[in-house]
Amino acid sequence: MVTSRTAPILRATKLTKRYGQRTALIDASFELWSGEVLAIVGESGSGKSTLLNVLAARDRPDAGTVEFQLKDGTISDVFQMTEAQRRLLARTDWGFVHQNSADGLRMDVSAGANVGERLMALGDRHYGQLRATACDWLARVEIDPSRVDDLPKHFSGGMRQRLQIARNLVTRPRLVFMDEPTSGLDVSVQAKLLDLLRQLTQQMDLASVIVTHDLAVARLLAHRMIVMQRGRIVETGLTDQVLDDPQHPYTQLLVSSVLQP
Amino acid sequence: MSTPLLRLTNVSKQFTLHHQNGLTLSVLNDVNLEVAAGECVVLDGASGMGKSTLLKLIYSNYRVSAGSIQYTEKDCEPLELTTASPRALIDVRRHHIGYVSQFLRVIPRISTLDLVAEPLLSETGHDEQAIKQAREVASVWLTRLRIPERLWGLAPSTFSGGEQQRVNIARSMIKPRALLLLDEPTASLDALNTQTVVTLIQEAIAAGAAAVGIFHDQAIGKQLATRRIDMNNFRSMTCAAQ
Amino acid sequence: MNDIEKGLTSVDALTRSNENQGVSQHFNFAYLDERTKRMIRRAVLKAVGIPGYQVPFGSREMPLPYGWGTGGIQVTASVIGPDDILKVIDQGSDDTVNAVNIRRFFQRTTNVEITTYTQAATLIQTRHRIPEMPLREDQVIIYQVPVPEPMQRLEPRERETRSLHGLAEYGLMHVKLYEDVARYGHIATTYDYPVLVNHRYVMAPSPIPKFDNPKMHMNPALQLFGAGREKRIYAVPPYTTVESLGFEDYPFEVQQWEAPCEICGSRSSFLDEVITDDSGGRIFVCSDSDYCQSRQSSAEQNLPAQTSGHSNGK
Repeated sequence: MVTSRTAPILRATKLTKRYGQRTALIDASFELWSGEVLAIVGESGSGKSTLLNVLAARDRPDAGTVEFQLKDGTISDVFQMTEAQRRLLARTDWGFVHQNSADGLRMDVSAGANVGERLMALGDRHYGQLRATACDWLARVEIDPSRVDDLPKHFSGGMRQRLQIARNLVTRPRLVFMDEPTSGLDVSVQAKLLDLLRQLTQQMDLASVIVTHDLAVARLLAHRMIVMQRGRIVETGLTDQVLDDPQHPYTQLLVSSVLQP
Repeated sequence: MSTPLLRLTNVSKQFTLHHQNGLTLSVLNDVNLEVAAGECVVLDGASGMGKSTLLKLIYSNYRVSAGSIQYTEKDCEPLELTTASPRALIDVRRHHIGYVSQFLRVIPRISTLDLVAEPLLSETGHDEQAIKQAREVASVWLTRLRIPERLWGLAPSTFSGGEQQRVNIARSMIKPRALLLLDEPTASLDALNTQTVVTLIQEAIAAGAAAVGIFHDQAIGKQLATRRIDMNNFRSMTCAAQ
Repeated sequence: MNDIEKGLTSVDALTRSNENQGVSQHFNFAYLDERTKRMIRRAVLKAVGIPGYQVPFGSREMPLPYGWGTGGIQVTASVIGPDDILKVIDQGSDDTVNAVNIRRFFQRTTNVEITTYTQAATLIQTRHRIPEMPLREDQVIIYQVPVPEPMQRLEPRERETRSLHGLAEYGLMHVKLYEDVARYGHIATTYDYPVLVNHRYVMAPSPIPKFDNPKMHMNPALQLFGAGREKRIYAVPPYTTVESLGFEDYPFEVQQWEAPCEICGSRSSFLDEVITDDSGGRIFVCSDSDYCQSRQSSAEQNLPAQTSGHSNGK
């Protein structure tokens, strides 16, 4: 695998997205390198989810480009690809962890099938191996492998999120998008999940874009941070830089509003 | 004359508090400073003079309002820290510039041993051998800083302030770096452990590192300093104490 | 009187009133107007051109409700000609309600020759079985299909399944099979077992028992599929590969029976279980009535027994 260390794995250039009269995203640009975790923070309506969806090719922008570095090193404009190529990318080289795990899982097939689906889609046809791989991944996300045949319906929220992560990472993607991955979870469960994400991100050298409204999550997981307000990126930099020395008025407001326990 | 490891030129720092009617706090004005390998520069001055701020500017934790901070390792191209990309800064922090703060930032669920070993693993990957070796080095450090072995498997969140600080020091210094930034590292330590830390710093400097430090205890400053800087020189004319 | 009977009674009345023993003059040949037949034939052509691909068509109102084979009837009505010889079976039998009524419908609207003998037929309309006797190049078999979309249970959104078919993304089908193995230790689907047609499209073969799946592979006859309620037509042209899905370590397997047919002694045909008394007594009998009778009469005449030529596994 030739991931060029000099070229970014993802480049967003002047992304703009409108919904009728309302402009949800204006001129968003940034670059992301392999192994970097980027947090996108902002309040509701800031455009962070829109940006994430456009980056992950789930929504088409009205202007701007998203470029991704493929496995062989070539840079490809995501929206110039065919639908088939994009979908293949989404199944192999990319991951997407949804805020609500039910959106990212098949709730009425077993955990094993959930983890194995991407592999089956790529042509794996050996049940025994699929099952073994699924068990292996369940262990990695700290779900008891004996639950491989259980339905996600019967899992707790934290377990479902971890299952979602396993389902995404089984094809060893190089870029993972996460939309508020810890939202709605108990604090202790959050800690476990964040720890897992931290470890896996490091172990697998993942590039990752995480949308969150929780600055503590950003500080823990992300190397870099983007702050959004009303569709625009208002500040960007190293996470600790943005949080400790906020420049933009909105960032200062955001940082000062966080309660310290 | 060879390029110094660190060169600050006309560095100024103001804070603008937009939500307090745009109040501007000017903390540093026109800082010029050079640090060479093997030096230990101690910053002197009363609280609020911007000593911590200066360290944070060097570490790129804070952004300069004006000026240049140049880092040049031996036989390498100089790197302008104030305009470097986040990627370059992450790299510099990982390999070249270390920051020893007063407080340990605790990551839940990670054991003390792994917390200290982590900086050694970020490059080598995570194979069994590397992890084992890193943990061995970590245990040497922890032993030296007198953290009892029974605590190594626990997360440090329940440790005393002094214990946490010693873990912090171990984590921050375990990987040899060319430049060490020390922000009151011994503030919460007893005399015995303070001496150990001083020795560790001296060893690092003897090995070729440079250090810029703040020490609340004058005596320690005296022990370590090859040069002392009076922060009064960098006061802004319109400064406001914080 | 069921709806079919009612519909056909009115046809009956009109026919008798005209004192015409042939085709009723109140209906076009084979009931459908020529434009409709043309539309359906176009759909059939497209289906034959893309084996296994579901072609939407404008399903017409037929004199019987959805669920009674309206799709199959429309396809048959579009391809039948005056010289055709038609056989209609339901679950292998020529004698059940569905088969009887559909056969009578075509008799009244086309006056074509009717047969129960598989080898004599040129057109065979079937519900949920493939005849045991091997088919020939000059024959067409038309299947009645309830649910044309093989992934319907797993992905009810048609928009999504169309994309999946278009992009040949069939991981989901294998998820279903995986679930079966995980839950039951084997693939539990026994009918309407999904197949891969011409190495490209995954298709629902209609609720034929999986026992019949191998018959579809490289069949000399043209196989057409009509779903009236769902408004889809699809096809498997002659000599097309049809592979039943499975895993390397859990491959597709056909059903087997311990006993032969009670009536004709066949060991190679699909057997129905018939309960004979209320103390659990049962016998197994060929589902394909024509096949069973042919074997019986061969046995009576001491001729060599016909075999279906298909294996029933091991």
